[in-house]
Amino acid sequence: MLRFLVRRVFGAMVILLIISAVTFWLFYAVPRDPAMMSCGKNCTPENLEQIRKNLGIDESIIMQYWHWLAGIFTGRDYGGYGYCDAPCLGYSFANNEPVFGTIMNRMPLTLSLAFGSAAFFLVIGVGAGMLAALKQGKFLDKFASSVSLLGSSLQIYFVGYIAMFFLVSQLGIFSQPSYTPLTENPAAWVSGLLLPWLVLSIIFTANYTRMTRSQMVEQLSEDYVRTARAKGLSRANVFFRFAWRGAMGPIVTLFGIDLGTLIGGAIITESVFSLQGVGRLAVQAVDQSDLPMQLGVTVLAAGAIVFFNIVVDAVYALIDPRIRLA
Amino acid sequence: MTPPTPSAAAPLEVTDESAPASPAPATSQGNESRSPGRLAWTRFKRDKTGVVSAGIVIFFFVIALAAPLIAKLYGKDPYTTYASQRPELLNAFSYPAGPNGGMSSEFWFGIEPQLGRDVFTFLLYGIRTSLGIALAATLLTCLVGVVVGITAGYLGGRTDYFVGRVIDILLSFPSTLFFIAFMPVVYGLFVADDENIPTSLRAVSLILVLAVFGWASLARLLRGQVLGLREREFVEAAKVTGASPWRIVFKELLPNLWTPIIIQSTLMLPAFVTAEAGLAFLGVGIIDPTPDWGVMIQRGAQFYTEDITFMLFPGLSMVIFVLAFNLLGDSVRDALDPKSKR
Repeated sequence: MLRFLVRRVFGAMVILLIISAVTFWLFYAVPRDPAMMSCGKNCTPENLEQIRKNLGIDESIIMQYWHWLAGIFTGRDYGGYGYCDAPCLGYSFANNEPVFGTIMNRMPLTLSLAFGSAAFFLVIGVGAGMLAALKQGKFLDKFASSVSLLGSSLQIYFVGYIAMFFLVSQLGIFSQPSYTPLTENPAAWVSGLLLPWLVLSIIFTANYTRMTRSQMVEQLSEDYVRTARAKGLSRANVFFRFAWRGAMGPIVTLFGIDLGTLIGGAIITESVFSLQGVGRLAVQAVDQSDLPMQLGVTVLAAGAIVFFNIVVDAVYALIDPRIRLA
Repeated sequence: MTPPTPSAAAPLEVTDESAPASPAPATSQGNESRSPGRLAWTRFKRDKTGVVSAGIVIFFFVIALAAPLIAKLYGKDPYTTYASQRPELLNAFSYPAGPNGGMSSEFWFGIEPQLGRDVFTFLLYGIRTSLGIALAATLLTCLVGVVVGITAGYLGGRTDYFVGRVIDILLSFPSTLFFIAFMPVVYGLFVADDENIPTSLRAVSLILVLAVFGWASLARLLRGQVLGLREREFVEAAKVTGASPWRIVFKELLPNLWTPIIIQSTLMLPAFVTAEAGLAFLGVGIIDPTPDWGVMIQRGAQFYTEDITFMLFPGLSMVIFVLAFNLLGDSVRDALDPKSKR
């Protein structure tokens, strides 16, 4: 297990390194001068030079990348803005705020959105899929399968607005989605995010229902299930003690991918519901040619994806004892 | 774009597992006159859902192709702001004066709020743009995925290792974020900073970017298949008789890979349609005066509280298209690969 973790974490580091380097290179592939932009109209060459120095872009791209990288581990001294502590991702070109702090400010919303909707779509999706597999060929199965097929064809930028139109502006059942920190007021936290959670889960649930169903159906036709049944174990016992373990593998994989993507910022969801999370930050950063912010969000998003990949593989081994991590 | 991109990856995962179980219909068991293709076609024709959804999908492609013709017969175009010539079409708040978004015998799907363009032709041309981009992206992605996947699988060794790592990295990219970050770079390669970006360039850039991030999963799947096929006797036989690597790849391996390629591309196309619309929705893909599914949804989002009708047309038509295409994909998979379970 330890060897596995060490190897995978090392691999993840390499991937993050490459992704950040690509982002860096991409940014400068378009000729632009961030110093020019923050310098404004009455820009003297001295001013420009000072700004370049402050932003840390007076060096070659490779050196800039190196300093950025070093800053994450050791902190970094920015002439104009003072010292930036250890996980230092630099200062935003656009508003001179520290990148790490800004992302951390936005993080609670994005995490709430991700985990809240994940709880919904995991429970509903897997539950519906299991029910459908149990009642194979019956009405419930057909109903669940059709609904999930429809759900997988829906798009958040359509369903989101339709839901907002009917449930918020017409019927007034929900209030305009908003974010209140959980620690401040749990009731407001739930009521503000309930609509985005539900809409997100409509779309995500479908995949889980379909996959759980097909996996369970496959597992139930395996020999070990027949053996267990022949031995006299009850249907429910076989179903809930053995069959589901075999079926969970691909679902864990899917869940890992989805969670990683959601934490990297549900960009469209946040736009639809006008929520200020990490996803919006990313779009903003690209719009404003804000390299440090763009890098920070990208590395974070990629980090979330890579992290959950590792978690998925570890969980895989826990639920399926046949898999050994080497 | 959370939903489109992850779900684009998710279904790919599903078939990853079902497809290797069935090494293509290479074994025709004495049914002399029936090729595997014929057998699949017979199976497909029996599947009612598949036939109906194929009809719907074909309908969408036909209206996309015939958009100029239909617009001509209908007598309007998607660019003219009809309300500026006839102010009575919009009310004092710039919303359609008639009920249901101004739907009438003259403007079948109503009028766009504010600018007063014709919704019917706008949607028609929008479908044309979106499907065109998605189709081109699918073809390019398949081409790259097939070439890279087969090469890596067939050559093995260092090439395979290298390609495998590139795929790993590409699949860890937060794709929506990179679409957004990548688009300005691709534009920057072709035009100077302050110039206007022509629509054709936007379309080409979109296709390129979608393909760059799309080929990896197909390549990975095909590589796995080729690894299995490479050791089979018929490839051995071809090698012994002195066939060139090109011949082996194109005449021996490729025919055995059509099933996964077709199945994957039926998953890819709707995913690209929704991804393209998502980018247009965020304002980084195709932009306003050009008709597009995503552009329409983005326009609709600006005034959905006042005029939901405008939003319904692009939204519902997209749901119908994607649903029909998904159903078609399932039927095609069942027909080509009857052993797979879903």
